[in-house]
Amino acid sequence: MSELAIELKGIDKSFGLVHANRNINLKVRKGTIHGIIGENGAGKSTLMSILYGFYQADHGDIVIDGKTIKIRDPNAAIAAGIGMVHQHFMLVENFTVLENIMLGAEESQILNASITKARAELKRLEKDYALEVDPDAVIEELPVGLQQRVEILKALYRRADILILDEPTGVLTPAEADHLFRILEQLKAEGKTVLLITHKLREIMAITDEVSVMRRGEMVATRTTKDTSVEELAELMVGRRVLLRVEKGEAKPADVKLSVKNLTVRDSRGVTMVDDVSFDIRAGEIVGIAGVAGNGQSELLEAISGIRRAKSGTVSLNGSAIDVTGHVDPAELRKRGLAHVPEDRHHVGLVLKFEESENAILGYHDDPKYRKGLLLDVDAIRADAEEKIAAYDIRPPNPRLKTANFSGGNQQKIVLAREMERGPDVLIIGQPTRGVDVGAIEFIHKRIIEMRDQGKAVLLVSVELDEIRALSDRILVMFAGRVVGERMPDATEGELGLLMAGVEGRKEAAE
Amino acid sequence: MDFFQVFIELAQSTVRVSTPLILAALAGLFTERAGVFDIGLEGKMLGAAFAAGTVAFLTQSVAMGLGAAILVSVLLSLVHGYASITQRGSQIVSGVAINFVVAGSTVILGEAWFRQGGRTPALMESGRFGTIKLPFADALREVPILGPLYSNLLSGHSPLTYLAFLMVPASWWILYRTRFGLRLRAVGENPGAVDTAGISVIWLRYRAVICCGILCGIAGAYLSLAANAGFTKGMTAGKGYIALAALIFAKWRPKNILFACLLFGFLDAFAIRYQGYAFPLIGKVPVQLMQALPYILTVILLAGFIGKAIPPKAGGVPYVKER
Repeated sequence: MSELAIELKGIDKSFGLVHANRNINLKVRKGTIHGIIGENGAGKSTLMSILYGFYQADHGDIVIDGKTIKIRDPNAAIAAGIGMVHQHFMLVENFTVLENIMLGAEESQILNASITKARAELKRLEKDYALEVDPDAVIEELPVGLQQRVEILKALYRRADILILDEPTGVLTPAEADHLFRILEQLKAEGKTVLLITHKLREIMAITDEVSVMRRGEMVATRTTKDTSVEELAELMVGRRVLLRVEKGEAKPADVKLSVKNLTVRDSRGVTMVDDVSFDIRAGEIVGIAGVAGNGQSELLEAISGIRRAKSGTVSLNGSAIDVTGHVDPAELRKRGLAHVPEDRHHVGLVLKFEESENAILGYHDDPKYRKGLLLDVDAIRADAEEKIAAYDIRPPNPRLKTANFSGGNQQKIVLAREMERGPDVLIIGQPTRGVDVGAIEFIHKRIIEMRDQGKAVLLVSVELDEIRALSDRILVMFAGRVVGERMPDATEGELGLLMAGVEGRKEAAE
Repeated sequence: MDFFQVFIELAQSTVRVSTPLILAALAGLFTERAGVFDIGLEGKMLGAAFAAGTVAFLTQSVAMGLGAAILVSVLLSLVHGYASITQRGSQIVSGVAINFVVAGSTVILGEAWFRQGGRTPALMESGRFGTIKLPFADALREVPILGPLYSNLLSGHSPLTYLAFLMVPASWWILYRTRFGLRLRAVGENPGAVDTAGISVIWLRYRAVICCGILCGIAGAYLSLAANAGFTKGMTAGKGYIALAALIFAKWRPKNILFACLLFGFLDAFAIRYQGYAFPLIGKVPVQLMQALPYILTVILLAGFIGKAIPPKAGGVPYVKER
């Protein structure tokens, strides 16, 4: 089949000074799975939003099924047979599956008739595509994998022939991702066209027929997937050769630096998020915590770093206890040798409106070396920032620039420089490379290994399984607040995936 | 006085006092369920009451008075909508501003036009809502127990009172059984879902705000055309805030709103009846304490007795398409 489902001609879009899409040309053949890959900020999502009518292109044409059309709003996109599964699901959480699927496509003013019709239609879709889901289940009670299925059903209910999926696997376990891929294969077999947006090279290789690479707002290449390689795609994305594997030597674990015993943490609603977790981390080793987002990793990090009060349990740092169930002063913990790179740099790690140099000392501002009498010593602070900028290759190298104006990767480097350059005994890192581009990932990974080789104890939490496997010397898997297994980094992805899904762990715990 | 008669009288005044509360709380329900918080119920009601009093006096027509009340209240709603939906301003600031502007301007305009200290002139019968006598009310009055219940409690209220009580199931039906209601509830929870489904978030929220204006207008008209014979300054006396409290207390659900408003109405009726009355054991209770009861009750109950009141998720947040 060589008919085109989508053709984009010269799409151009700017937001103020940011040129998000430059003269984009793209051809997507009917009945194929077409991948679009690129780093964060390469313009993939903008391009898809233009295709779905969320934004209007400044220039350029959209041709769907051979007809040039104007897509002014999502309604026009839906009418043209385009459906989209957003990265952050567009679902009403306290509505049922059926209500979510109907919303915007109701048949009549009064709901009863629409409900009957939607129920029947949903049955048919379930049968045709093997997409079972209880129509009366409330969305917030469904696991994310099923929520995503509802999003797909929403698109199919609107008779979409072209399905756009924006970073669909970010929230899924490996098993759920595999299931999604089988669904996509099936949609393809039914003659639907699938556009898959991702920054994960592995997924592209696994499922797409063709792949287009975007870099800095431009479409740099389109390849037939079976004729390309991960290395070539990575190079096209970044614009230079990248090391995808981190080089690291044997770990030389020494004394226990951080010891967590029977730690239990509840969230603000009183739900137990961390349930009786114990582990030790020694100097000179990286312990990785793998798990699907929301299984207690965040609360664990917060409790250890003194941001959230634990319900029970003990934590000791360098052999002396931290009062995790009482009042903990994070500043005190820093003085005692614990550094924390928080998961969410925008809300916890940085004040985006501050200039770079101010963020570079955030939390350490009471250090006498940044002080001149009662005031801050601005010159000393900027000089210090400049050193870190040089050491971490932070761009643009301007300590007076507002932090919000740095890219995600550079913002993360600001936080890492601040926490690592203090030479802490224990380094706690949450999601070190979330929203960070491939080039910066390589740098950050090297730094983390360096910290380990200098004899620091590193606790690493990441939802990226590849990252955990590449960096960790030991891997703990968390599921539903418990550590359900410990593995060495050579454990297979399938094995870890089962643990992350809570399948294997239950057995292990029972034994 | 025998207990039964006290009960009937208290219940009767509870119904009267609850009427504007129910209308205003339902008004708040429509906009807040759509994600637009509205602290300006008080101001809209007051503005509507003034418009009703003025126009009913000038035209001697109760229908014109009601129409003017609804018009003014809807216009005020649109101001709130323009500030908070189109201009994405703070919904709280906009609501508070409306309350202040109306509180001040009704007095100024009233004084300038009628020179009665901010009042509108007292209305004749033709400018007021009468009461509806249900069939056989007189005949059944003498039947023990049921007679007074029917004739004195169910019968003999203003048409707006019956309307308010009917609006409770009607609002439920609109919100839960129509397409408009489904979309309205959706836009208060996740406007992104509504936008991506091809529905205009802005137009939907404006329609919700207009519904709020209509109901607030009726509530205001009730105050000056049914409960009283004309407008007096500040006559809403915090009813808009009590309605807001009732709305939260009711967890944004129509049926609960009815009960919450009846409860608050009862407390108010009780406070009025027993002003300065010496209770056995306690003695005299200060009027202020009685009047504060609905608020105190809200705080206590919300603090744990009714569980958590979860507001619509997108409430108070202007919708901006994310980049």
